[in-house]
Amino acid sequence: MLAVESLRVTFRRDRAPPVEVLRGVSLTLERGATLGIVGESGSGKSVLALSVIGLLPRNARAEGRVLLDGTDLLTLSERGMRDVRGRRIGMIFQEPMTALNPAMRVGVQIAEGLRVRRGLSRGNARTEALRLLDRVQIPQAGRRIDSYPHEMSGGERQRVGIAIALALEPDLLIADEPTTALDVTVQAGILDILGDLVADLGLSLILISHDLGVIARLADRTLVMHRGAEIEQDATERVLRRPGHDYTRTLIDAMPRRARATLEAGRA
Amino acid sequence: MRRVPATLWIGAALSLLFVGAALLSRVWTPADPTGMNIAARLKGPGEAGLLGADQIGRDVLSIVMAGAWTSLGIALTATAIGGAVGTATGMAAAAGRGGFERAVMAANGVLFAFPPILSAILLGALLGPGAGTAILAIGLFMVPVFARIARGAALQVWSRDFIKAARMAGKGPVRISIEHVLPNISAQIIVQFAIQTGLAILAEAGLSFLGMGVAPPNPSWGRMLSEAQTYLSSAPHLVLAPGLAIAGAVLGLNLLGDGLRDLTDPRRGQAA
Amino acid sequence: MRKLRYLGRRLAGLLGILGIASLAIFLLIEAAPGDPAQIMLGTGAQPDTVAALRAELGLDRPLPLRYLAWLGGVFTGDLGMSYTYGTPVAELIGQRLVVTLPLTAMATLLAVAVALPLGVMAAQNPNRIVDSLATAFSQIGIAVPNFWIGLLLILGVSLGLGWFPTGGFPGWRAGALPALSALVLPAIALAIPQAAVLTRVTRAAVIEVSNEDFIRTARAKGLSRRRALWRHTVPNALLPVVTMLGLQIPFLISGAVLVENVFTLPGIGTLAYQALSQRDLIVVQNVVLFFAVIVLGVNLLVDALYILLDPRLRGSG
Repeated sequence: MLAVESLRVTFRRDRAPPVEVLRGVSLTLERGATLGIVGESGSGKSVLALSVIGLLPRNARAEGRVLLDGTDLLTLSERGMRDVRGRRIGMIFQEPMTALNPAMRVGVQIAEGLRVRRGLSRGNARTEALRLLDRVQIPQAGRRIDSYPHEMSGGERQRVGIAIALALEPDLLIADEPTTALDVTVQAGILDILGDLVADLGLSLILISHDLGVIARLADRTLVMHRGAEIEQDATERVLRRPGHDYTRTLIDAMPRRARATLEAGRA
Repeated sequence: MRRVPATLWIGAALSLLFVGAALLSRVWTPADPTGMNIAARLKGPGEAGLLGADQIGRDVLSIVMAGAWTSLGIALTATAIGGAVGTATGMAAAAGRGGFERAVMAANGVLFAFPPILSAILLGALLGPGAGTAILAIGLFMVPVFARIARGAALQVWSRDFIKAARMAGKGPVRISIEHVLPNISAQIIVQFAIQTGLAILAEAGLSFLGMGVAPPNPSWGRMLSEAQTYLSSAPHLVLAPGLAIAGAVLGLNLLGDGLRDLTDPRRGQAA
Repeated sequence: MRKLRYLGRRLAGLLGILGIASLAIFLLIEAAPGDPAQIMLGTGAQPDTVAALRAELGLDRPLPLRYLAWLGGVFTGDLGMSYTYGTPVAELIGQRLVVTLPLTAMATLLAVAVALPLGVMAAQNPNRIVDSLATAFSQIGIAVPNFWIGLLLILGVSLGLGWFPTGGFPGWRAGALPALSALVLPAIALAIPQAAVLTRVTRAAVIEVSNEDFIRTARAKGLSRRRALWRHTVPNALLPVVTMLGLQIPFLISGAVLVENVFTLPGIGTLAYQALSQRDLIVVQNVVLFFAVIVLGVNLLVDALYILLDPRLRGSG
């Protein structure tokens, strides 16, 4: 359903030559499949995600093609892109602390897309928001729906972030480092929810992480990136078991020993 | 090598222009700023002197130049006094914490409740109008401004590791404040000094406009404007010159302050 | 609950500060030269007549007693009699308030009405013409004295175009329209420096909030740039703007004294300044305290508004 073809992104800079952050990356993603994108910070993972959803900063320019069911998103108008965001592609961001509006109740933030894009009444949007909070396993959703973000834990906020992304029933979710800012104990819960969504709703998922452990848990295919370029791309199992590149091997070696042991066990 | 911001250049040039005019007025002005000349009464720019003459025939350019000395003198003195007292108490509050800090902040709250013109009215009742009253009133208002900024900046410095190292070395709070805190907050204080001097010029002009500034015949921009009110329709040039002088001097100092801030704090420079 | 306790603590602190401020005002006025009884009766009065009046005014009582009597009067609304007007000071302040209050309110509304859209537009179009104009306006507006703007407005608008009166105040009995039109130019003069400061703060705040992650979240929901701006950016950018409104109150009051003078408006500023020149010290004393109460009261109001705007300050529920 999604095909990115030789995507290049350059950033204009004041009083300095432009920098190329993505140097021709290609990928494909089937319906219901999960693609992991792994690489260290600065490898261009997030820029890739933002170019797919059309939220690059003003000084960025994207070339190449981003095909969603055959439509090139890079050629869409702002209005056309607005129909894609939320409805076709939902996005989950890294920092649950800052990704929610601190001055708005979480229920309103979840319902907002439904009210504006679907024209739902206040009451119907609230009922739907409640259902979404249940879906992402927030306990006592009926009470929590009127909480402000600061009244929630990091894990709960990230669940709210997922609920916001799910609200308009997109068929592709992009999760940009969804567990990086969370405690290890909370991470597993978030990953389970994402896994369930793919299994239950048949969503496609792009999971971006610097952590191979996270990728290994969910992704069918994995794209390894380094400095804005593709290093390798294949079935996750193949990439982890027989890395085709030295850089992938360094990433695997850099994992904590216990996590690597789990991986080894999985291979055996 | 950082690029010097344009605001800094313009601000520095404007500020220097007024400081230069003030200094020059001590040794030379086109005419005597207090000398009457009935023949030149209310003559426009060019007809009598570059900027015309006032209601008793004094040369406007000369009064504006001499007024710069008065205005900058009072503003700089008031800001220096208020700035020094404010910075010292702010730093002491940051170093002392606890009850002393609360007392300082309460005192600041009291001073904040008295806008410069009101404290000038109050002090004027006791001391009578004059330069001293103006300096005291403006300086008092500056104290909480500098205290707040110095305290905030100093608290940040106090939380840094090298302060802990200095405390381990057995240095006392006074010595740490002077040796370590002051050098690290001086950039912010200097920026504030420029900006607050601009505000002090505005306050001084307001006070002398109300007749609470320097006594005549000492020239002052505010009093020029107050006198020009009577001749608003017959001699509008009398309103323009002193007003432009005040606005120019304040603008210069503000730009200078902003430029210095951009230069010393690149993060703010990008956001602004 | 917690917010009420916070505001209560702030109110207590404010009362403490007002106590110190009132004592400072009282002592300064006490130390000022000039005997009120002598001033009221004139220089030719007999010493025993002066003494009798002093007793009548309670001026012969000990200092602490007179301070407490004044404070008591402040709470009951009895501020004493003006030495020169011969009317109660509270009444004088009331008469003048109907000029100063609408003037400052109009100026604040005007300043916010100009600064908010201008600052937002400038922030949305960095380095474009709107932005340059807004920056120039805020730099120049801060530098220009408001009493000079007043003079220029009289020169250009009143005398030049003949649009609004050059000064004076017909009173509200003359009808709302003439009264309001007498306040238009003074309010503009008072508003311009305020608007300049607020434009600058708004622009900076909107730029800062625009870069927050939650704005990206809002856009990723499929919201338009416009809706994200007004529903998410601006409400969060209002906090520093409101703070600045509170911090500007001393300047607004100083400005009102000057602008009332330019337009010969019978407001509280004019009252204070005239009372000083006539050595009507009881009026000076009360007006200065009145303004101090306003400055501190408005800042308490700003704190309350802050809690309303930022749920994080309300304490967790």
